[in-house]
Amino acid sequence: MSGIGTGYDLSVSTFSPDGRVFQTDYAQKAIDNSGTVVGIKCKDGVVLGVEKTIISKMLEKGSNKRTFPVDRRAGMAVAGVIADGRQVVNRAFDEAVQYKSFYGDSIPGQVLADRVASFVHVFNLYWYARPFGTSVLLAAYDESGPQLYLVEPSGNCHRFFGTAVGKGRQAAKTEIERLKLGEISSEQGVVEVAKILYSVHDEEKPFELEIAWICDASDREFRRVPADILEAAEQQAKASMEESDMDD
Amino acid sequence: MVDPKAAAAVHSGHDPIKHTTSPYVTGTSVLGVTYRDGVLLAADTLGSYGSTKRYKSFERLCKVNDQTIIGAGGELSDFQYILTLLEELSNEDFCADDDAKLSPKEIYAYLSRVLYNRRSKMDPLWNSLVVGGVQDGKPFLGTITMLGVHYSDDHIATGFGQMLARPLFRERHRPDMSEEEATQLLHEGLRVCYYRDKQTTNKFQIAKVTTEGTTISEPFALETKWDYKAFVNPGALAMGTW
Repeated sequence: MSGIGTGYDLSVSTFSPDGRVFQTDYAQKAIDNSGTVVGIKCKDGVVLGVEKTIISKMLEKGSNKRTFPVDRRAGMAVAGVIADGRQVVNRAFDEAVQYKSFYGDSIPGQVLADRVASFVHVFNLYWYARPFGTSVLLAAYDESGPQLYLVEPSGNCHRFFGTAVGKGRQAAKTEIERLKLGEISSEQGVVEVAKILYSVHDEEKPFELEIAWICDASDREFRRVPADILEAAEQQAKASMEESDMDD
Repeated sequence: MVDPKAAAAVHSGHDPIKHTTSPYVTGTSVLGVTYRDGVLLAADTLGSYGSTKRYKSFERLCKVNDQTIIGAGGELSDFQYILTLLEELSNEDFCADDDAKLSPKEIYAYLSRVLYNRRSKMDPLWNSLVVGGVQDGKPFLGTITMLGVHYSDDHIATGFGQMLARPLFRERHRPDMSEEEATQLLHEGLRVCYYRDKQTTNKFQIAKVTTEGTTISEPFALETKWDYKAFVNPGALAMGTW
């Protein structure tokens, strides 16, 4: 074996000499190649957007969903291995149900994010386990307002004003930083998310836009954005793409 | 036969498991009629503690979803438990994300199974339920007892209402009634219940379900008249009373 770090990448239960857990790093790589997923927290809610590459022309519109409600007041967008993602989503749903049956109220975003992160983290602790190849963006709306969290395969959990994961994350994050997130409404947020996903998309492949939100306009329930609003946002995104092409 | 678990519990110094043998805080009758555009349910807002009028604004009619409402009499804490069951189901449906919702008949079937299951454990949920809804454009009205006995009909009344209001319904109800006529009929039923059932208060609600959705009215009182001849000296017309 040559070089530092070689031979330490088979198990999640051994650190490499320079302090890495390679399996966890590789899981992160699985996500870095996935379609871009964007989340922003606006004035009155959270918007989650997914760039779904269409893997076949024969695919029905709206298949392979990547946004999921896990409670009336919370939902997730999944980047990376979707089968792993659904596992995380199911766990989040179970946690929400358990919390509600015990305390009689919807699970707060912070608690849900922590519980999901703990669940994900456990898969980094045993040699016989494999970390999830998934990052999830969690949108929640509770008494303290709308919130956005990111849970990574390592079990790391952070709360964000806006963030992105997947292939176009770098460009998407720069775009998000340019937004005045504290001032825009969720309706505007949908347009911005559409614009960002269109701009980071690699033009060759066809893709479908999936946007879900939880905000005042959705009665503070996690729902997919209504078809007409989504359509309008896509039109605006396409228009602004053409505009920037003209500038070039 | 002696239940071995119960016997063991006694020996280990614990009390044996004891199930509900009588209700504590109760609601009385629920009335329901179908009419041209849907279903109306009616009930008063009293939660009785024995014969004490303990809770005077207890809403016994509840929305389940846009096409279903339920009303309950009997043990009100059991009714609240039933509502949490229904809420769990509805949350599950929400997260399934397939736009499927439980229909009135499904809710009726589900509740009848829950109540029958509990009575079979000798631990009944002490309620009479009425389920009203609109399914495939047609009104649906059904009732379930604490034993799991259930039937659907064009007009329904539970508890004392079965004796007091139902005869009026049989006489006057038509499936093609207008909302006004149906409301009028329910008012008559409620008034009779108020006159003759001491567990009824003069504070009622009417719940409506149509293809448009559901509404539950604000509580209201009915006009009453107590100077009927039969009320002046009730003993005169009833042998063996005073």
